[in-house]
Amino acid sequence: MIVAEQKPIDELIRSLEGFKKIVIASCGTCVTVCMSGGEKEALAVQGLLEANAKEKGQDISVSVVDLKRQCDDEFIDDLEAELLDGDVVLSMACGVGVQFLAGKYADKVVLPGLNTTFYGAAKELGYWTELCAGCGNCLLERTGGICPIARCSKSIFNGPCGGSQNAKCEIDSEIDCAWQLIYDKLTAMGRLDTLLEIHEIRDWSTSRDGGPRHLRKDDVNLDDAGK
Amino acid sequence: METEKSNLQKMLEAGEFAITAEIGPPMSADGETVREKARELKGNVDAVNVTDNQTSIVRMSSIGASCLAQSEGVECVMQMVMRDRNRIALQSDLLGAWAMGLKNLLVLSGDHQSFGNHPGSKNVYDVDSIQFLQAVTNLQENGVFIGGSKCKAPPHFFLGSTTNPFADPEPLQLIRLEKKINAGAKFIQTQCVYDLERFERFMEKVRERGLHERAYIMAGIFVNKSLKSIQMTQQVAGMSVPDSYVKRFEEAEDKQAEGVEIAVELVKKLRTVKGIKGIHIMAVGWEEIVSTVIRQAGFLPRPVV
Repeated sequence: MIVAEQKPIDELIRSLEGFKKIVIASCGTCVTVCMSGGEKEALAVQGLLEANAKEKGQDISVSVVDLKRQCDDEFIDDLEAELLDGDVVLSMACGVGVQFLAGKYADKVVLPGLNTTFYGAAKELGYWTELCAGCGNCLLERTGGICPIARCSKSIFNGPCGGSQNAKCEIDSEIDCAWQLIYDKLTAMGRLDTLLEIHEIRDWSTSRDGGPRHLRKDDVNLDDAGK
Repeated sequence: METEKSNLQKMLEAGEFAITAEIGPPMSADGETVREKARELKGNVDAVNVTDNQTSIVRMSSIGASCLAQSEGVECVMQMVMRDRNRIALQSDLLGAWAMGLKNLLVLSGDHQSFGNHPGSKNVYDVDSIQFLQAVTNLQENGVFIGGSKCKAPPHFFLGSTTNPFADPEPLQLIRLEKKINAGAKFIQTQCVYDLERFERFMEKVRERGLHERAYIMAGIFVNKSLKSIQMTQQVAGMSVPDSYVKRFEEAEDKQAEGVEIAVELVKKLRTVKGIKGIHIMAVGWEEIVSTVIRQAGFLPRPVV
């Protein structure tokens, strides 16, 4: 899933300065699961903004609109009236959701409430780690299901570098060395011999390096979409 | 195109025990400091590595500093890390470096930029060191760039890389060394050796794989100047410094003399390790001591091949 974290409340207060009627739009997908931009978090931000305004003697109103999914028209349109009933939308979705709303409503000010951090999963309660770089050409079949692009600090294909010690990365003792993990997994699978193959130079054009990406499926029609 | 081999290559091929040292370029545009360091080493080493923004601190480029040092009569090993340049820039610099007269190339991953003075920079790693070794080999032998186009006059560097016997997981570091040699590395410089026991074990496995016969392996040593410096060396990821050496620094009255003594001692021991064809001396922050270590270890005068 997409993991995100809330921007510091002071930053939100600064970016919302001057707006009187604030609508916070939460999102019910990834950012709810990672506890950063769901309805619960949106209500908490609402409380903080109201308390701050009260303290400063400012007259503002803050409401929360809980969108099931902020990157899809069908989940937005039903709540459009409430969503647009203010002079700013504070989107608590990932960067996709923020841009979706900003693009959908040409004259609306839409501000980001989160920093979108990575594609990952919870390793333990309240602790998420990055797992995928979205590079557009998956190589996990060769690395025991552990991505060196996302999980090695140097994205090395024929790793590890010389900084791997005690299974940890040289840059941070909280980061597991991806190549140690790959080594362990391939050992367990009895496929260590594959590591002697030199992983060839990568074509990064499937990644962001090839410019903004898009995907069209010509065979998709309205029937398939269930409409 | 017939080109003369580098001095380092000729030394190693002639079966001479080779000595290399290291120059860290200045954090400035002052070429004179490089020239001075080169003059100090002239005649005492077979070649000198010129580092490429080591520890991710912005310094004079390895190409520029290498050219300066060579103009003082010291052959250089240009280092290239994969951290800062994509394949376009790397290959372009290869062409320029060769045209400027550099003949040895050492390919390495590079320290992560979070260690240096520009921690907010992008890390490139478009290609990794093994992929680049393979690409340079293909360019040199077949005249083909990474992208597939032909190069009419390719370079002919004496190509090398590094290995770290003290990094984990050890079996994979060995596999990686083999991959580097398969990719075309002709000489290998190791991470600094203090832990002789572990190094011996590593070399035994290197010999089991026959790697010592496929590339010239040069053992790295570090010359520490003070207790603080060896304590810092001990903290570096991927380094193994037994406490006994730290203790020697603690107890020594003349720390600098102790540093030289330890270095000379290590050199003499490493020289006898089967499969070791040379020594690479790193004396970061104390480069002026290198000639003393070489002299005391009995490596002077250098043979001429």
